[in-house]
Amino acid sequence: MESSGGTPSCELTDKAKKYDRQLRLWGDHGQVALESGHVCLINASASGTETLKSLVLPGLGSVTIIDDTKVTPQDVGNNFFVESESVGSARGEVTLRLLLELNPEVRGTFVEQPLTEILDNQPDFFTPFSCVVATCLPECTLLTLSKVLWEAKIPLVVVRTYGMIGYLRVQMEEHTVVESHPDNEMPDLRLDRPFPALQKYIDSLDLDSMDHREHSHVPYVVILYKVLQRWIQEHGAAPASYKERKAFAEMVREGMREKESGRGDTIEENFEEGIKAVNTALLPTTIPSVVQSILNEASSITPSPTTKPFWIMARALHEFITSEGRGALPVRGTIPDMTADSEKYIKVQNLYREQAAQDADWVLRRVQEHSQQLGPRKVISSLESSVKTFCKNAHALRVIKGKSIAEEYKGSINLSEIGSHLENPDSELVWYVMLRAVDQFQSEFRAYPGYFQDQVETDIVRLKVCVNKLLADWGCGPIIKDDFIHEMCRYGAAEVHSVAAYMGGCAAHEVIKVVTGQYVPVNHTHIYSAITATSATFSL
Amino acid sequence: MLPWGERWGEVRKLLERPGPFTHPDFEPSPDTLKMLQENMKVLVIGAGGLGCELLKDLALMGFTKLHVIDMDTIDLSNLNRQFLFRKKDIGESKAKVAAEFVNHRVKGCHVTYYYNKIQDFGEDFYRSFHLVVCGLDSIVARRWINGMLLSLLCYEDGMLEQNSVIPLVDGGTEGFKGNARVVLPGLTACIECTLDLFPPQVNFPLCTIAHTPRLPEHCIEYVRILLWPKENPFSSETAIDGDDPQHINWIFEKAQKRAAEYGISGVTYRLTQGVVKRIIPAVASTNAVIAAACATEAFKLATSACTPMNNYFVFNDTDGIYTYTYEQEKKEDCVACSQVPQELEMKLSDKLQDVITTLAESLQYQMKKPGLTAMIAGKTKSLYLHSPASIEEKLRPNLKKTIEELGLQDGMELAVADVTSPNTVLFRIKIKT
Ligand SMILES: [Zn+2]
Repeated sequence: MESSGGTPSCELTDKAKKYDRQLRLWGDHGQVALESGHVCLINASASGTETLKSLVLPGLGSVTIIDDTKVTPQDVGNNFFVESESVGSARGEVTLRLLLELNPEVRGTFVEQPLTEILDNQPDFFTPFSCVVATCLPECTLLTLSKVLWEAKIPLVVVRTYGMIGYLRVQMEEHTVVESHPDNEMPDLRLDRPFPALQKYIDSLDLDSMDHREHSHVPYVVILYKVLQRWIQEHGAAPASYKERKAFAEMVREGMREKESGRGDTIEENFEEGIKAVNTALLPTTIPSVVQSILNEASSITPSPTTKPFWIMARALHEFITSEGRGALPVRGTIPDMTADSEKYIKVQNLYREQAAQDADWVLRRVQEHSQQLGPRKVISSLESSVKTFCKNAHALRVIKGKSIAEEYKGSINLSEIGSHLENPDSELVWYVMLRAVDQFQSEFRAYPGYFQDQVETDIVRLKVCVNKLLADWGCGPIIKDDFIHEMCRYGAAEVHSVAAYMGGCAAHEVIKVVTGQYVPVNHTHIYSAITATSATFSL
Repeated sequence: MLPWGERWGEVRKLLERPGPFTHPDFEPSPDTLKMLQENMKVLVIGAGGLGCELLKDLALMGFTKLHVIDMDTIDLSNLNRQFLFRKKDIGESKAKVAAEFVNHRVKGCHVTYYYNKIQDFGEDFYRSFHLVVCGLDSIVARRWINGMLLSLLCYEDGMLEQNSVIPLVDGGTEGFKGNARVVLPGLTACIECTLDLFPPQVNFPLCTIAHTPRLPEHCIEYVRILLWPKENPFSSETAIDGDDPQHINWIFEKAQKRAAEYGISGVTYRLTQGVVKRIIPAVASTNAVIAAACATEAFKLATSACTPMNNYFVFNDTDGIYTYTYEQEKKEDCVACSQVPQELEMKLSDKLQDVITTLAESLQYQMKKPGLTAMIAGKTKSLYLHSPASIEEKLRPNLKKTIEELGLQDGMELAVADVTSPNTVLFRIKIKT
């Protein structure tokens, strides 16, 4: 038996093993960010504890629960993080204890004090939190909280379960994302504008003089580039239309060699791959419009010591594009796998990598210059790797500009969005209107419609008045069907567990996005209908 | 005294009040909750990421007669999402720990557990449930349970008897993506109807692994597939155990060496383990969402308090939250749920191996280890079976024989058995010329 001791340092720590399945998604750096996160939950209802559950499990740093209620029998019915014996005990304390059992690495505290008191007397209470999650708040308290957090620039996630309906609202003034992890990325091959090293290498290869083995092991990027040169000579420009790309693919196919002496495969796979890749690989190198508008904004910012690193890097990126990059983003440096011999593929891969490193280096120097000009400012942590990641993801940068709940409720709601969605009878927006209406009902009557069994019928009539008033305020006619009003009264503000669990899972992931700065959060209102198992997002 | 101040107050509002979106059969009544608690017997398959959530969700929706099957034991890497397990439970049966936890936490709920494979049970067992909810990561197991529920259907004069239909609610997740579906066996699209949703696993070509590695994965696969059986680092009988750090470490180091020879970067311990164990990323939030969607559908099916979704739901929260709900159509000639006789085309010159390859590789069948039996002149004749080993050895020469040599003719029946279904599929042979 061969020695197998090896280097035990390679083996994973217990923590890495425990978090293995999620580290494959957000990486060690994402985990570090999550572990330094501190989230405050307001009200440990079913939606609230279900949100915290999916934050405690992956290892959020710490949680604080604000809850001044006692556990009720209803809590026992719909909240997994209370016990039958805990009826009458402080709900914050019970739920915190049972949630922390899920992961000994997470710290937590609870505050048994009314939120309104905290808002009135401790203006700095929320400063330490990376994100606040709120559930089950009456409208007026929510608006106060929204204002406080908006001013303090602390992200707020509101999650709510109302019968079969779920509501999720993310309030952030600005959120920047470098690692957005887009699902379907186009490759960045630069065939339309090869960098010198790539061009030199491809020019040095002569397909005609290759033997069969070598010919069938040339990476398709080389093949496509060579055919493209011929095409441009003949047609003056790269193929643009569908028809032209089809003709181009034919031209690639013509370069494929016949089967040699009856052995092996009949087709050359590298050519086949190249033909399949024509549509994506020949796309002109462009800057996505989303990124362009970020760059435009960055170029108009005057950096100051409080400017976020993201914007300094974006500014340097903009400068790169207008000078060194000649109108293009830095080379991404990763290429798809291609049938090829190891040597040629790795050679090509390294050319892209080296160019990417060179481009990123240019941006890095620019970022350093900006930083120095700003004087002794807070150093961007691990600057070099940050810039590298930034450049690698330059094509997928995202910035979300949010709107406060107060603005949405009391200022200017997006009326055109409301109007256009309400014209569609299946739009989930109708549930947004219903939720706003039940809140107004609650402010007026001190209970939600249908909360008391003997008042369902009267409440239907009253709720209808609330709905129509709301619609009138927005300048819409009474276009909501009575069915929705009946259904809302049926719910009587019930927090049904499976809907709360769904919304909690969604809300937790939004918090993870906020805390790690990876993936793209909802902007800004998400409505889920468990009736039809459908959902939609609105910017209101 | 609180209004509605009792434990099931929230669920009772849905069950005891009429509403415009209920199923036409719905009768608001306190009896529905009683029925849910006393009669409705639900089987949860899998006590992993989805299963733990499902048990919690169903228990808090008022179901009390829950049963759970899982053949797995608890591993450290489960603890980031399988929230009913603690470090002290590592190595224990998932089904047992999950059941005991829920029974303890939710008073009145009674979860019965089975530390078993689903294949350990037969028709009588499965027939005793009103509803099956699946939270599995195995496609084969999903297909098997689908086949089982289909085999429980009764047809009277070609008409399906409604009371033999046991609805299946199925969920699946991968990273931030997931799906949930409702299958009414015999009535709506079944798992086999939509088999093309699960494209078969693509393996790297052997020649790439052996001769032209380009990716770190190629190097790892080289060690796993070619070097391990050659070098037998842990005695000749030892198969790779993805959970044995010594094994992974050996593969990791050899793969690193090979990568260095070719100038390939990126071989890490984590990647090595991921490739060897074919690890699918998983996170608590997605499991919570998908299980909750499944539990909601189970609740609707059991109570009619709302119409079930129709019938397939896709979720992705990478960029915002995206969902899409649509109807998967029942395949008219589905190999599993249609009553249409199946045809299998072959040429007289095809070898038996070619037929087996077709059954394994075609998107429509995706069988794993099909065993073939023919009806020739009223007698059954085994053509090829994977087990027992002695039979396999005896029949192996048939693989190289042609259809003609085996005496198969147009119109004959070919019975195919596979691990993907408890039922044998009957094909009518169609000879192509
Ligand atoms: Zn089917």
